[in-house]
Amino acid sequence: MTSTQPNPLRNVWYQISQASWPWRITWLYLALFLFLPIAALVLKAITLNPQEIWRIATDPVALSTYNVTFVTALAAGTINGFAGLIIAWVLVRYEFPGKRLLDAAIDLPFALPTAVAGLTLSTIYSTSGWVGGFLEPFGLRVSFTRLGVLVAMIFISLPFVVRAVQPVLQALEVEMEEAAWSMGANRWQTFCRVILPPLMPAVLTGVAMGFSRAVGEYGSVVLIAGNIPFQDLIAPVLIIQRLEQFDYAGATVIGTVLLLISLAVLLVINLIQARGRRMYG
Amino acid sequence: MANSALDQSAAARPSSAPLGGKWLLIAFVVGYLALILLVPALNVFVQAMQGGLPGLVATFSDRAFLHAVELTLIATVITVPLNTVFGLCAAIAVANKTFPGRSLLISIIDLPFSISPVVAGLMLVLLFGKQGWFGPLLEASGVQIIFALPGIVMATIFVTMPFIAREVLPALEENGTEQEEAAATLGATPWQTFWRVTLPSIRWSLLYGLILCNARAMGEFGAVAVVSGNISGKTQTLPLFIEEAHVQYNTQGAYTAALLLACLAVVTLVLKVCLERSAGLRPDHH
Repeated sequence: MTSTQPNPLRNVWYQISQASWPWRITWLYLALFLFLPIAALVLKAITLNPQEIWRIATDPVALSTYNVTFVTALAAGTINGFAGLIIAWVLVRYEFPGKRLLDAAIDLPFALPTAVAGLTLSTIYSTSGWVGGFLEPFGLRVSFTRLGVLVAMIFISLPFVVRAVQPVLQALEVEMEEAAWSMGANRWQTFCRVILPPLMPAVLTGVAMGFSRAVGEYGSVVLIAGNIPFQDLIAPVLIIQRLEQFDYAGATVIGTVLLLISLAVLLVINLIQARGRRMYG
Repeated sequence: MANSALDQSAAARPSSAPLGGKWLLIAFVVGYLALILLVPALNVFVQAMQGGLPGLVATFSDRAFLHAVELTLIATVITVPLNTVFGLCAAIAVANKTFPGRSLLISIIDLPFSISPVVAGLMLVLLFGKQGWFGPLLEASGVQIIFALPGIVMATIFVTMPFIAREVLPALEENGTEQEEAAATLGATPWQTFWRVTLPSIRWSLLYGLILCNARAMGEFGAVAVVSGNISGKTQTLPLFIEEAHVQYNTQGAYTAALLLACLAVVTLVLKVCLERSAGLRPDHH
């Protein structure tokens, strides 16, 4: 670096002094409330011994919580992928009494605190509840089992696919379907070849976002599940249990695993959206 | 629209044709939503009213309950304005500008939605807890963050951070910058321009973000559960009160608190629908 060039540090300082107030407040806020906490987790994780990290991360209880968390969240996301597509279809294409109420109710999982959701779901799906009592004769127990975790995860990830698909379906031109229809395509062909392809990026984005939300969910699951290791214990509850035992290393490692998975899912969502934009504008 | 009748008649046949069975599909949707959303929501009201008025009154005179309500309100009253200032600043800093890393910055602002609230709480414990990075410093100066109000507020700030920015940013982009430029040309200070021009033009989007932020702030459970210590009558918020009452078989207490929060959810949804209709806003839950 030649002496005529400004000192890079001074350059950064110059940039900051020239920055607008919104810019400064944004970065200050992000630094204090977002970067600092994330740094605390990352720094704690890298000060641990790699063998220790591996041992904690692959501990049988931890492995079982990944299984319960990720597999159940994926199941919930997939179920909502199919159901959400049908719900969006019905809300966009059909007129029927009570449609507006149903449309507004879709957002309930965003508005209703998760503790309330967990409480009421655990009552309804308990063996003496309105729905659980009906399922019990078939040998299906929901509350305090892994099925309960699934129901809670379906609840909280419900709006994502519906809200992702609705605008795309609204913008879809009916002419395309008419063309396929008039050229002799049957219902199923028209749906699979004409309607579904442009909706797929939205469906997959919704599934991924629902999955991501379900993986991190705590409130509704902790109330409906029995939280028993190897049965229905999810990773976020394990983190809290580790913290209650003052096992900070254990909590940190599992928290880091969850953080990394969240970031990976975020990346996947961005890729799906970029691909969708490229293909369907 | 002049040809809307034509559009509808054209839409009617093929749109109902490919999936077929209109009423079958509607029945499926109603059944699915009933099992997952509607019956559970209805159950909150039924259970809370099971003890009649005396049941509600008993909970409303419970000290721990009242304290939980108070703490939830205090945490929300601190969190929402702070996040509003941040959200407005972030949206203004990013909107209608091009600079390297812009889309990365938008992703960073959205990041808290992707992080599990429990992990967010864990981060704060690792930062400010007794064993945390600032633990010794805080202990020496007698400041308590974890197991106290500041921790609850920080956890709530973390999980509700993106709400305002993500609603205001699209509105700012849509409005463009001509009006602000005109105001500046006419001699308005940046502050005047913000109050007289920018803020009125984004008021509905801002209100929309505020409503969602407020609902989440009052209902946040996971992140707060980690940092609060859940001490009844001290650091217990309303969602934490529900969990404890539920675990202790205080069904009436749990459902009375749940009723209060469910009413909040209903008000949130009603306001949301009103805003979507009157101001033409459409949810964009990403």
